[in-house]
Amino acid sequence: MTLGLADGGGHCVTTSDTSTGRRPRRWHIAVFLAPAVAVYSAFMIIPLVSTLYQSFFSKEWDFVGLGNFVQLFTDPRLSASFWNALGNNFYFFVIHMIVQNPIGILLAALLSNPRLRLRGFYRTVFFIPTILSFVIVGFVWKLILSPTWGISKTLMNSVGIGWLYQPWLGKEESALTTLALISNWQFIGIPMMLIYAALLSIPDEVIEAAECDGITGWAQFWKIQLPLVLPAIGIISILTFVGNFNAFDLIYAAQGAQAGPNFSTDLLGTLLFRTFFGAQLQLGDRGLGSAIAAVMFLIILIGVCIYLFGVQTRLRRYQF
Amino acid sequence: MAGRSTQSPFRSIAAHAILLTYTVIALFPVFVVVVNSFKNRKGIFGDPLALPIGALWAPEGYAKVWLRGDFQLYFQNSLIVTVAALVLVLLFGAMAAFALSEYRFKGNTLMGLYLALGIMIPIRLGTVAILQIMVASGIVNTLWALILVYTAQGLPLSIFILSEFMRTVSDDLKNAGRIDGLSEYTIFFRLVLPLVRPALATVAVFTMIPIWNDLWFPLILAPAEGTKTVTLGAQMFLGQFQSEWDAVLAALTLAILPVLVLYLIFSRQLIRGITSGAVK
Repeated sequence: MTLGLADGGGHCVTTSDTSTGRRPRRWHIAVFLAPAVAVYSAFMIIPLVSTLYQSFFSKEWDFVGLGNFVQLFTDPRLSASFWNALGNNFYFFVIHMIVQNPIGILLAALLSNPRLRLRGFYRTVFFIPTILSFVIVGFVWKLILSPTWGISKTLMNSVGIGWLYQPWLGKEESALTTLALISNWQFIGIPMMLIYAALLSIPDEVIEAAECDGITGWAQFWKIQLPLVLPAIGIISILTFVGNFNAFDLIYAAQGAQAGPNFSTDLLGTLLFRTFFGAQLQLGDRGLGSAIAAVMFLIILIGVCIYLFGVQTRLRRYQF
Repeated sequence: MAGRSTQSPFRSIAAHAILLTYTVIALFPVFVVVVNSFKNRKGIFGDPLALPIGALWAPEGYAKVWLRGDFQLYFQNSLIVTVAALVLVLLFGAMAAFALSEYRFKGNTLMGLYLALGIMIPIRLGTVAILQIMVASGIVNTLWALILVYTAQGLPLSIFILSEFMRTVSDDLKNAGRIDGLSEYTIFFRLVLPLVRPALATVAVFTMIPIWNDLWFPLILAPAEGTKTVTLGAQMFLGQFQSEWDAVLAALTLAILPVLVLYLIFSRQLIRGITSGAVK
């Protein structure tokens, strides 16, 4: 049951519009659209716009213009945490791009071989971490890496590398990398599936033509298949970008809202949470929280625009 | 390695070696937690990799979880929120997708773009104002707050996917219905909706997982004891009883199993969904 979707059947223009000739108002269109538009506008668009608007106001509802942003970028204490979180966030994204996506592509390339046995099994298993909640993933890894339980050390000892063991999540210099790798472990299924789908949609004729020219194996993958799945790689890159700059749950579940040790795992999401709600000695600040959300919005918007106008338009011509 | 023709046995062995290694990496953490949840403290620390059989079998953690956490209630809350949001997303999403794909009207493209904005922009960025709206309307700390937010969150992608599918429904069928005098509503509910059932199932799985697993909104909109979801309840429980390993592992297993079982039932649907409609 493939529904014929992979062959571009979904792109034909609807020509069935019988009611265009009739002049009476077509109320049913409004009725069909109203519930979705109402809920979506009320709980997504209006709050988004309102949050952006509130970033220009102080906690006491005084208009402060760009004051919150100036404070965010220059106030000694706050700007230090902001730049720290922003830098960490970029680092987090880079690790995803160089670890998660290449491994995902490799697994997809292996799975796309139609003669491979147990394909269904592998596909199902590789996606399991993705369906687990951040709370589970965060805690499971926290337990496994914990020096108290020592299961990682035992395991590493059994292959003779026990001396390498460190309490990675507890050390400032390794905590963020460890969390990024945990996040990679969790989400590898998504790039894998999308690339896998893209590889399957390459017409057999293209592959056969390549084989006639003697291009097989790895050469075929690098020269034929990889260029053809570039649009899918573009999609996974932007999905990773949006997901990473919106990340919060894993850090909160594994390290708490303080994003320890010593804020070394702080991302924009955790900073937003602490600033808006307050944490420990610090009171919550709505205006500053909105300003951080506005900055996140801007970063994501810039990323999406680069993708839509810079990357996607250039990749389009490869699509079938 | 992805070659489709000449397949040397060496190459196939190498492929399986890599895939099996990754299978171990993907499953090991889950395996360790589930296995150890059936042991007591001594077994967890003394013999973490052994199966919980014989003398090691001691599922005391489950009793502790049962007594201390109100997991039945959390589970019920999660179920209500997920199912209600899912029904609303599918119903409203399908209706809007039908309007966008079936009729040509002024502003159609614009409306489509407006509804697609939410695919890329995360709803979390509006949290500050969402909380204000929920407080002002008095539904903060009720399950309704979560249901409405998750409905808004799920709609953009579902409308996008469903309208792609609805374009493939035969026009002759709908026109035949019109000639027979069926109203547009009847055409939608009786003719089109049953035909896009596979797409609805796909959207359902996509929508369900992030809702069930979300921590952000339950933490902010409904942290009260009576409205905690499983994810939030597990998070709080785990934080509180951190040193009681048997209880923590049992709680984790209880949180993993329902999702895992659901996934194994629906995995074909999900994978088929990703590999067909969603990529376009």
